[in-house]
Amino acid sequence: MFKIKKNSLNKLYAAIAEAQTLYIPCNVNGKPNFAVWGEGADVDLASLKTVKSAKEVFFPQCEDIVSFKTKGKEITVIDCRKESEDFVVFGVRACDAKSFEILDKVFLSDPVDTFYKTKREHGTVITLACSRPEESCFCSAFGIDCAEPSGDVATYFSGEYLYWSPKTEKGLNLTNSLKNLLEIANDKDNLALENEQKNIREITKKLPLYGLDLSKWGADDLLEKFNSEKWQELSSACLGCGACTFVCPTCQCYDVRDFDKGNGVQRYRCWDSCMYNDFTMMAHGTPRPTQMQRFRQRFMHKLVYFPSNNGGEFSCVGCGRCVEKCPINMNIVKVIKAFGGEGK
Amino acid sequence: MMNDMLIPVVGVVTDIRRDTPDVKTFRVVGLDGKKCFEHMPGQCAMLSIPGVSEAMFSITSSPTNTEYMEFSIKKCGCLTDWLHSIDVGQQVTVRGPYGNGFPVEEDLKGKNLIFIAGGIGLAPLRSVINYVRANRSNYGKVTIVYGSRSMDDLVDFEEIKNEWANEKDFNVHLTIDRPQEGWDGHVGFVPAYVKELNLNAADTVLLCGPPIMIKFTLAALIELGFNKTQVFTTMELRMKCGIGKCGRCNIGDKYVCKDGPVFRCDQLDEMPAEY
Repeated sequence: MFKIKKNSLNKLYAAIAEAQTLYIPCNVNGKPNFAVWGEGADVDLASLKTVKSAKEVFFPQCEDIVSFKTKGKEITVIDCRKESEDFVVFGVRACDAKSFEILDKVFLSDPVDTFYKTKREHGTVITLACSRPEESCFCSAFGIDCAEPSGDVATYFSGEYLYWSPKTEKGLNLTNSLKNLLEIANDKDNLALENEQKNIREITKKLPLYGLDLSKWGADDLLEKFNSEKWQELSSACLGCGACTFVCPTCQCYDVRDFDKGNGVQRYRCWDSCMYNDFTMMAHGTPRPTQMQRFRQRFMHKLVYFPSNNGGEFSCVGCGRCVEKCPINMNIVKVIKAFGGEGK
Repeated sequence: MMNDMLIPVVGVVTDIRRDTPDVKTFRVVGLDGKKCFEHMPGQCAMLSIPGVSEAMFSITSSPTNTEYMEFSIKKCGCLTDWLHSIDVGQQVTVRGPYGNGFPVEEDLKGKNLIFIAGGIGLAPLRSVINYVRANRSNYGKVTIVYGSRSMDDLVDFEEIKNEWANEKDFNVHLTIDRPQEGWDGHVGFVPAYVKELNLNAADTVLLCGPPIMIKFTLAALIELGFNKTQVFTTMELRMKCGIGKCGRCNIGDKYVCKDGPVFRCDQLDEMPAEY
């Protein structure tokens, strides 16, 4: 375990950014989001949740796939992938860190998505334990301990210090490169940190969504849940705006589109939402013509279909972003509860 | 750099055949004059015209054809309108193959096979039919029931008439929806025709067509004593990636592009009816 004074953090950012790109929550246009650090950046590690999740560093909202040149009847395919460079993402909360494991199951399963894989290989994840979990948080329902996040390096704020604990070889390498900025933590520090973590876990237990029970969910009773009449009422106010999918750290649906640049065609992929009516639209119609069906698809996928394909694991980490952002105040918690998953 | 399934190769359209007023069959080879890749019957490929769109099509040629791949495409949207306007020599992009295909080397081997198709639904089955012809001794008797709106809408009519109908132990039954001058064959919808045909309920069925035709034909087959475990069908949903990641063709815990497009009809009962 290492530590660094809070007021020296800018030196730490600068040292990391000297060798590789550093993504860190910054206030950009008044909102906290992961952004590339540079001198004078308005770093914001105090806000608990960035608006968009950290998945963006591995699965960008918009990403070029391949370019084409066309001339008459001829087409040339141009591989526009750039050589990947190492980068660090700092300040990832425990829930977002867990979402990477869920996205891994999608993008790293055969056949592998090489765009995602390359970024995963080149990225070092520095997590940050939550100091003040908020009322929309329910990560504990998915077995996540927000006081002890995973990652290549886990960090924790306590008193005057940021504590720094490397957890993987990647994390150790980064730590070694920053040795002259990090002090070694002593027994007193360890004790203070343990107390801090204990306090955080106590706060977690007092949160309104603590104890959310997911035992009614999982791979079983797929058709019974699908055919339930509850979906109609749950979805009745849904606007289909898709905000929940865009802030979600585990939503991974994407669209592939072509952009005619005038001197060539750029094929790119971008986040999409199963909440949209054209998501499944084909020439002869769509299999999900109603918002109820689209709403049901999103939650069935997270709570039933994904677990069915991934050993019972849910495609939700309880970050609570959708709980905060939904304009009609509907969310996954209400869906979980509607099927008997009452909080304790 | 690693190959990525999302990055296509270039193919050239070397032949375009007009099958019906709204269906054309496109022959595609790679720039080196060879097939772009190998596939199994029932598998699909992503075709695109850069700047227009990319979409999934079933490969209608048999893998035993060593020279080229063929796609029978109905004019019904943005990309297909474009494809119907191109001339021989036009290049397209191709990637694949995707999906599981029909179990030609497993469940279908040694069986009497009944192919039932409606309209453009013949496209994926044609690949299997020609595969069976090329490996004739591995399969039993073949019955083909194929229906379309009119005589002019029968896809691959020349091949059916001149080749399939003359194959040993092949029985071909054609039908059209309404009477038409110059047609002396059967008139009526496929599901009703299936009931008239004295099919052997011990045989294995491969079924493809519009959803409504599949629904009623399956009901007719059940009535004749067939079990859903004997009936294979192939599905079509919107797809973007082809590798089970973009989420578009997700039904229940299945992805049609990866776990399908071929499903046994009893498997469909375990999936949400959202297709």
